Amino acid sequence: MFRRPQYLALMAVVLLVLVVLSLPIQTATQLKLALGGFFLPLIGLTSSSRSVARQAEGTVVPRRMLLDQIDDLKRENERLRLQLMQSNLVWQENLTLRQAFGWKQQSRWDLRLARVTLRDPANWWRTIQIDLGQRDGVVTNMPVMTSEGLVGKVQRVGLWSSQVVLIGDPNCRVSAVVEDEKDQDGGIIQADASSILDPSIVELTFLGGQSKAKAGALVVTSGQGGVFPKGIPIGKVIETRSVGFGMSTEARVKLSANFKHLDYVWVKFP
Amino acid sequence: MSYLNTGILALAAYLAAYLASCQTPLSHWLGVQIDLRPALLVYCGLRTEWATLALVSVLGGLWFDALSANRLGISILPLFVIAFLVHLNRGLILREQQYAQFVLGIAASAAAPVLTILLMVGVGQVPLIGWGSIWQWLIMALVGGALTPALFWVLERFCRAFTYPAVSESSFRPDREIKRGRV
Repeated sequence: MFRRPQYLALMAVVLLVLVVLSLPIQTATQLKLALGGFFLPLIGLTSSSRSVARQAEGTVVPRRMLLDQIDDLKRENERLRLQLMQSNLVWQENLTLRQAFGWKQQSRWDLRLARVTLRDPANWWRTIQIDLGQRDGVVTNMPVMTSEGLVGKVQRVGLWSSQVVLIGDPNCRVSAVVEDEKDQDGGIIQADASSILDPSIVELTFLGGQSKAKAGALVVTSGQGGVFPKGIPIGKVIETRSVGFGMSTEARVKLSANFKHLDYVWVKFP
Repeated sequence: MSYLNTGILALAAYLAAYLASCQTPLSHWLGVQIDLRPALLVYCGLRTEWATLALVSVLGGLWFDALSANRLGISILPLFVIAFLVHLNRGLILREQQYAQFVLGIAASAAAPVLTILLMVGVGQVPLIGWGSIWQWLIMALVGGALTPALFWVLERFCRAFTYPAVSESSFRPDREIKRGRV
């Protein structure tokens, strides 16, 4: 009976699966990256077809609309220039004060823009692929963010692309603090299984029992753990509840970054 | 089944893995990534032989896991088991009926994620699962089932385009020909 071709095929597949599953993590990661490389032509094709569609769209947009947009952008540009000027003044002032008090000087973030190419095909993970890789100097555990707030960290790096694990995935935990608390009570941001359908909700756990975190309070990275720098906005508290007979507090946090429309992200270089 | 048809099915597995990781308007609206591989394996189970079936499930599983945070190779076995069961019982299935294709598509699309998660838990991975996963599971099963007849239609046409048409049997038999004249 077991010499029938169907059972031989079954045994061959089971054997192959056992071999692949028992590969060392390093080898499996290399194999994953090699297999992921098969999709580079499709990713390139998708992005070039998008740009062609955008060009085609550009030919049919009315001139009036374009002029209005240019006008709006000019105004925005002026506003941002003013803000930058102010920010530079504050930066200089900050630097002078730091030198006066002998505090450690903070350097500006070195950020690089990356395009989100793919999402995790499995519904039980929250990861994305970006178009920066080893050749761009990306290494694992680099923080990834948008202008609104923290997104996640680099988990796996290939030559041309990288995998980013998002906040809310079971493999991404972030040390965070509630900003407007006097004692800066810290906790851990982790996945919230009750909000699977809404990726913008996560849980802030291990807050102290006396925590005074309120709805609307800003949650930022604590800087502990050595992966995420201090002060990156994560989100805002929606609600809090006491757990373990008042021993600790948990809070639900609405993330600042819009996870449903992640097209471009910033990777923070050291 | 020619090698070209096997190649077409491998290409379909490649495209299905890629489509599952794309943010399409449908997946964005439903909040669920749609996986077409179970539907593809139902087609393979009904139409192909063992080698093709094993190849498509191995390639489909490896490509999917390469784009995902899944352990590499974890989704091969669920796909193969689905195709294996369909193939073993294909004599009992009305494979030309769209209703049968729809029901098989639903069953396969519902079974594949459950088996994958069970395997993942077995090897020590902890995926994100909660009550919302039931909604995702239902949507995956229903959309997978609805797309199965469409996938059958497309693949039938592709595979037919790349194979020789079957020789039609004539009622004329040369061994029964009456030879006239002198022998």
